[in-house]
Amino acid sequence: MTQLALVIDLNVCVGCHACVTSCKEWNTSGVAGSLSDANPYGKDPSGTFFNRVQTFEVGEFPNTQTVHFPKSCLHCEDPPCVPVCPTGASYKREADGLVLVDYDKCIGCKYCAWACPYGARELDENQKVMKKCTLCVDRINDTSLADEQRKPACVLACPTNARLYGDINDPESIVSKAIRENGGYQLMPEWETKPANHYLPRRSASAIDNELSRKVEQQRTNPLKPTGAPAKP
Amino acid sequence: MNPAFSVIFLTTLIGAGQGLFLALFAAESSWLGTAPATGAALYVRGDAIALTLLIAGLIASFFHLGHPERAWRAVAMWRTSWLSREVIVLPVFMAMVALHGVCHFSGNVSCVAITGLAAAILCLALFYITAMNYVCIKFLQEWATPLTIVNYTLLGCASGFTLATALAAALEPALAPALARWALNLTLAAAATRIASLLRNARLKPKSSLQSAIGMQNPRIVQKSQGFMGGSFNTREYFHGKTRQLVQSVKWGFLLLAFAIPAWLLATGASGQYAALAFVIQYIGLVAERWFFFAQARHPQNLYYQAAS
Repeated sequence: MTQLALVIDLNVCVGCHACVTSCKEWNTSGVAGSLSDANPYGKDPSGTFFNRVQTFEVGEFPNTQTVHFPKSCLHCEDPPCVPVCPTGASYKREADGLVLVDYDKCIGCKYCAWACPYGARELDENQKVMKKCTLCVDRINDTSLADEQRKPACVLACPTNARLYGDINDPESIVSKAIRENGGYQLMPEWETKPANHYLPRRSASAIDNELSRKVEQQRTNPLKPTGAPAKP
Repeated sequence: MNPAFSVIFLTTLIGAGQGLFLALFAAESSWLGTAPATGAALYVRGDAIALTLLIAGLIASFFHLGHPERAWRAVAMWRTSWLSREVIVLPVFMAMVALHGVCHFSGNVSCVAITGLAAAILCLALFYITAMNYVCIKFLQEWATPLTIVNYTLLGCASGFTLATALAAALEPALAPALARWALNLTLAAAATRIASLLRNARLKPKSSLQSAIGMQNPRIVQKSQGFMGGSFNTREYFHGKTRQLVQSVKWGFLLLAFAIPAWLLATGASGQYAALAFVIQYIGLVAERWFFFAQARHPQNLYYQAAS
């Protein structure tokens, strides 16, 4: 069974909000659109977004770190928002594990949003239906796009490659490897929602330094390295 | 949570309607310790008023929906959704209450017995289902307790029996003292279980923290930005934005209005002469109680929305 997901590397995210704006741009014009805004140029602007980047300060001064934290629907493997929906508008797709909303069936009762501990769902105040991240379902399934383009807009937009996309149930996928090798974790594990999206933790600069020098040393002393051949990336 | 008045009126109105029907059913089944009413007037008018309350609750619930014209779709997912079950059982119960009233009006005894029993079972099921909508969201820890089911049932019964007492005082005075006693006992029982849930919730430790929300173990985490400067659905739906003092005064207000004053009125007017006043005061108290019920629930998503900038 495929379970598509994002893996977000908190070590790399610089908090530029490119994923937020590209998400909004793609999805307001796509099948999920429009994502309505209220008062966008006024005093108290408000709007529907699938993705937000938040910022946290972690630690006690002077040992603090600024953590930029992108947050969108985690496409839980056991999503609490789905069984509560009275109409079946909210559903988890068997084929790829996406949690989606059928906007034509949604009655806008907001019960699914109450049942999501992460606050991943937002009611579109204009269309009065519940909206959420679709992992750009209309991009990733669009066979007319080139393969490298068939990824969520946020993943394509990220300038630091902090967002990885793939099938977490395929042990050889880029996301599975990233989770395995870098201690990928889930949010609020206490509610047993089994989020598909994972986060890669911050690593200290010295840990990265050590890792790098270990790799350099490994390469230098590798007896199998062909002499004279340029190292391949 | 930000209390939604549509849901507050839905749950308090149908609760009173359900309680009123149960009071009528108890009266006709001679469970009150007195002889059942002689005429049909109490039952016919009682069923009509119960039905009116149920319809009013149903109308209020439509104001909660973004697309009320699609509400019929909500019957689809009864296998998994308590809300869907509520949407099915409420109209069936309403129809049965209407039938019960018609049977009383036509004087058909066996018809009264069958519809009465069926409606009573549906009524208890509806209390359970309505409460389960809240109990089943396990991370809203203030709601996820069997006490919620007990409270929804007892609070609905208390207000319904108080209303039945007022009706009986006008239409069937022989029944009023027994109904007043029941209403008083139910009000006191509801007070006990509601206070029990207040005490439980005051000692509640949230399972989620900023640490589990973003997955970092450092004891000191401060949000610097929630990602936007204005509001959003997340800041409107889950925060009531009222001061602690106001929330606390609503709590003391409902303890007084829903329990203390109606209990005193029911106790002093032993033959139900103040029951109408008691019902009005108790209903206002229950609206405040339900507001507090929603306002007190702390949604874990709020951890992500602590600072604008």
